[in-house]
Amino acid sequence: MANAAKKKAPNGTLRKVLHYIRRYRVFLALSILLAAATVAGTLYVPILVGNAIDRITGSGGVDFGAVAAILLQIGIVVGATALLQWLMNTINNRITFHVIRDVRDEAFRKIEILPLSYLDAHSSGEIVSRVIADVDQFADGLLMGFTQLFTGVVTILGTLAFMLSINWKIALVVVVLTPLSLFAARFIAGRTYRLFRLQSETRGRQTALIDEMIGNQKVVQAFSHETESQEQFDAINRDLQKCSLRATFFSSLTNPTTRFVNNIVYACVALTGALAVLGGWFSIGAAFTVGSLSCFLSYANQYTKPFNEISGVITELQNALACAARIFELIEETPQVPDAPDAAVLHRAEGSVSLENVAFSYVPDRRLIENLNLSVRPGQRIAIVGPTGCGKTTLINLLMRFYDVNSGSIRVDGHDIRTLTRRSLRSNYGMVLQETWLKAGSIRENITMGKPDATEEEIIAAAKASHAHSFIRRLPEGYDTVISEDGGGLSQGQKQLLCITRVMLCLPPMLILDEATSSIDTRTELKIQQAFAQLMKGRTSFIVAHRLSTIREADVILVMKDGRIVEQGNHEELLRRNGFYAALYNSQFENTGNG
Amino acid sequence: MKKLLIYLKAYTKESILGPLFKLLEAALDLIVPLVIAAIIDYGIAGSDRGYIFRMCLLLVGLGIVGLAFSVTAQYFAAKAAVGFVTDIRCSLFRHIQSLSYSEMDRLGTSTMITRMTSDMNQVQNGVNLTLRLLLRSPFVVFGAMVMAFTIDVPSAWIFAVAIPVLSVVVFGIMLWCIPLYKKVQARLDGVLGITRENLTGVRVIRAFCKEEDETGEFSARNQALTAMQKYVGRISALMNPLTYIIINLAVIWLIRTGAIRVNAGLLTQGAVVALYNYMSQILVELVKLANLIINITKSVACGNRIQSLFEIRSTLLDGSKTPSSAGSEYAVEFRNVELCYQNAGESSLSEVNFAVRPGETVGIIGGTGSGKSSLVNLIPRFYDATSGSVLVDGTDVREYRLDALRSRIGVVPQKAVLFQGTIRDNMRWGKKDATDDEIMEAITVAQAKEVVESKGGLDAVIEQGGRNLSGGQRQRFTIARALVRRPEILILDDSASALDFATDAALRKAIRSMKNRPTVFLVSQRAASIQYADQIVVLDDGRVAGIGRHDELLQHCEVYREIYESQFKKEGN
Repeated sequence: MANAAKKKAPNGTLRKVLHYIRRYRVFLALSILLAAATVAGTLYVPILVGNAIDRITGSGGVDFGAVAAILLQIGIVVGATALLQWLMNTINNRITFHVIRDVRDEAFRKIEILPLSYLDAHSSGEIVSRVIADVDQFADGLLMGFTQLFTGVVTILGTLAFMLSINWKIALVVVVLTPLSLFAARFIAGRTYRLFRLQSETRGRQTALIDEMIGNQKVVQAFSHETESQEQFDAINRDLQKCSLRATFFSSLTNPTTRFVNNIVYACVALTGALAVLGGWFSIGAAFTVGSLSCFLSYANQYTKPFNEISGVITELQNALACAARIFELIEETPQVPDAPDAAVLHRAEGSVSLENVAFSYVPDRRLIENLNLSVRPGQRIAIVGPTGCGKTTLINLLMRFYDVNSGSIRVDGHDIRTLTRRSLRSNYGMVLQETWLKAGSIRENITMGKPDATEEEIIAAAKASHAHSFIRRLPEGYDTVISEDGGGLSQGQKQLLCITRVMLCLPPMLILDEATSSIDTRTELKIQQAFAQLMKGRTSFIVAHRLSTIREADVILVMKDGRIVEQGNHEELLRRNGFYAALYNSQFENTGNG
Repeated sequence: MKKLLIYLKAYTKESILGPLFKLLEAALDLIVPLVIAAIIDYGIAGSDRGYIFRMCLLLVGLGIVGLAFSVTAQYFAAKAAVGFVTDIRCSLFRHIQSLSYSEMDRLGTSTMITRMTSDMNQVQNGVNLTLRLLLRSPFVVFGAMVMAFTIDVPSAWIFAVAIPVLSVVVFGIMLWCIPLYKKVQARLDGVLGITRENLTGVRVIRAFCKEEDETGEFSARNQALTAMQKYVGRISALMNPLTYIIINLAVIWLIRTGAIRVNAGLLTQGAVVALYNYMSQILVELVKLANLIINITKSVACGNRIQSLFEIRSTLLDGSKTPSSAGSEYAVEFRNVELCYQNAGESSLSEVNFAVRPGETVGIIGGTGSGKSSLVNLIPRFYDATSGSVLVDGTDVREYRLDALRSRIGVVPQKAVLFQGTIRDNMRWGKKDATDDEIMEAITVAQAKEVVESKGGLDAVIEQGGRNLSGGQRQRFTIARALVRRPEILILDDSASALDFATDAALRKAIRSMKNRPTVFLVSQRAASIQYADQIVVLDDGRVAGIGRHDELLQHCEVYREIYESQFKKEGN
């Protein structure tokens, strides 16, 4: 993933990043100016200190006036530099955090209008990690780029310029030797990469074992298997110890090595500098003083630091760009077809639905639904049946216009649903899916999702009608109990009752219901059945059905298999046809019926 | 964290040598400014080129020795840190394995896994850094001050003032920021939450046309996050400028003092350069120290979490009896049993009384949360009854040795879990030395013979979590695993749910016809699965709503009738 993104024209990504930054170009220009000024100030101070030291030659030879003047200068330069630096940092923070806020907002707005086909094809974890982790990484890279890359480059160039202007020969010594530390660092990093991979592989194996054994510890204990799993664990643990020690040790050599190279550079500067003070090959025209030497020594320390930092920053930036590329991929994804500008608003529908010559498939080369015709009068019940995984949800996707048909049309009250606003179409449907989804928030918030201005009486009436009131009342805070996203302590059945209540409150003219299969106990299921029945009174309903009673009471049964609708008709008709439905009915229901 | 430190004992030598060599290296660093001062005062002042050469060679020599010292230090630190954590990990794994179901329920699997993995890594990092750097930075800072005192006492007082002031600023800003970073994290979690919600709930959100509301809410949370980030940013941005000002004020003061002292002939020019160099070293080390302390704090927090897991003891006390096969009248007996889970308000089971003769089949039925699993979990002593007692072969389960008790019971849990390895490996969980014949016999009873054949025999590999098997296949294998040990008591906890009715029926029949037929506990939601049991226990909300045979219950037990009728609607016939 990361590699693929990296390969994808990084220039393009960079341009897009700059596009976001452009809004803050005034700040960006300021930041660059401030960085230059800060670096200049930082580099100027050692020179001033050197000058001051030159005025302190020996007993009785101190020019106090000059020293005082220089010290005052130092004070002013330092004060100004510090202030500018603070301003620069603040501005950099501002640019970074605003840019990523904009990126996140944009990404989220995109998520809200992406077609379901995209969201179904990508795991939510993956998209979340783009919006959260990738953006964070991007922010880190951006901030580091601003604070360290730019000032680092300016520091190197500035130091070079200052050194060259004082004594180019000694400057040359520094320039030639310093990259050694970079080479050393890179050499070690290259060698340790393999060790780190081995370590993370071994860690991976260990984590897998931990997952397996601790995750299923109840089984381990039930079979008194503790000793064996401990042995298995210890073996991997010893392997991990070995490779972890090597990886940790070799990677920790980087610092001592670069420090060693720096010490060598320092010694060389001391040598050549001292010789230059005495005059001779290393001295050039202008006098090289003890102050100059002190200044050079502090430069020699400063000069290597940005080098070491920059190599880190560049890796970070590459990483950040790769992350940015992933975010932009999401942001640039084609959104769903927007509502037509002249789209009509469907007010409360009568509830007649017709499908005319509908063809649909998720992937072009695998035909799913072809030539589907169906005409539903207001108030009719349509049961959709078929074995698991036969694509019953496809029909829901089309009715709710989560997906658009490839050809043909779906009409509600005679209007092609593509000529209606999505909003008005969807608010005419009440949907209860088997995969219950609740929002993190209070029970009340969840119930009033479709009707935020509902009164307390309406809420309680809806909850009573859907048999949810009694269990809600028993929750610690009643309707104000806050539940987490996955429904927290609620049982599957209770969650489904809440979802039904949600629809019960708005009572739209058409329904899409998904009957629960097995995870709910019988008595709760009975309540859900009653709630469904209450809901369906006088409403056009599409039901993904598992229960015999629901199926038999339906006006039309759609029998699906492998994503296609293979048969259509009412119970008796279909049984008489003695086709797939009859076979399904006999295998699945008769057994249950006769015990 | 403290109690974990005993694990460092095995690495005492490394834990002492590591920091020691690090200090030696730092001491060498402190000599450098003195050498430079000597170059200036003797080499340059005396125009002695030979002296300068020798001194610079000395600098190189110091560098080489320093490198040797620090490599040694890194090695010992790495060895101690890695070994320390390896040992803790081993003990913690053993400890977790000793915890009972109650503790596992309370802690949660993901917590335990986090402790074993990422927390361990964090601790390893922390120990490594501590051994390498914790002593070094303070040593350099104080060393620089001490060296300053040896050069010139009045100038050294500047160090004595500058160091505390710098420390206050550096640590003050860090301490100020830490809680703020936590707030940033909390707000980031808020942004994450709403993003995930909008993905998992996309259909519902669109069905209710909530896109705009959600976008608005996201923007608000995002803005709150940005505001907090900027606020923290402004504060942490103070660090560099402030320390820069302080250190340079100290430099100014130092040069002024130096000028006076040199003029009076009390100090040399080289000494002033040396003092200036020491001053620069201090700042770098203080910033390093502050960062290090943050890292260590994180590690200590992880260490404390690990330690607190160690402090949780199993609430199950092992008994001492080995079961005698001397038959008692009842294989299993529940006497006035009540079970109340830890931290749960209400009892999950209360006033449960019934007894089962050897070889009988007991059906247990009831709604979700009615206590079916809780009831059977008491038999192998996964939990202890809060009051009353559970007897196996006439002896209270608490008196048995745990492994002796459990080895007589075959448990098929609700969740069909298999482990990575061959089918044979998995079957041997039931009996360590089971022969292939024994295994095949169990597999046949469990209706899994065709599955084994289709997979290519007992050597076929089961992937982690049994991914390469269907739910029904996994379930049959877990049943076979429990049968391999020829249990006296077999507990099927809703473990036929993924089997079709025909297989379910065949399985029940095969178990009935086993040699040494076990006493069977059959938990189910399906009335069809238990209706032929010798005894049916109907649970409702943790209480026994009825005990008896199918037809008796149908007549007298309302709860049972309700369940039965909801599943066998008249229309089915």
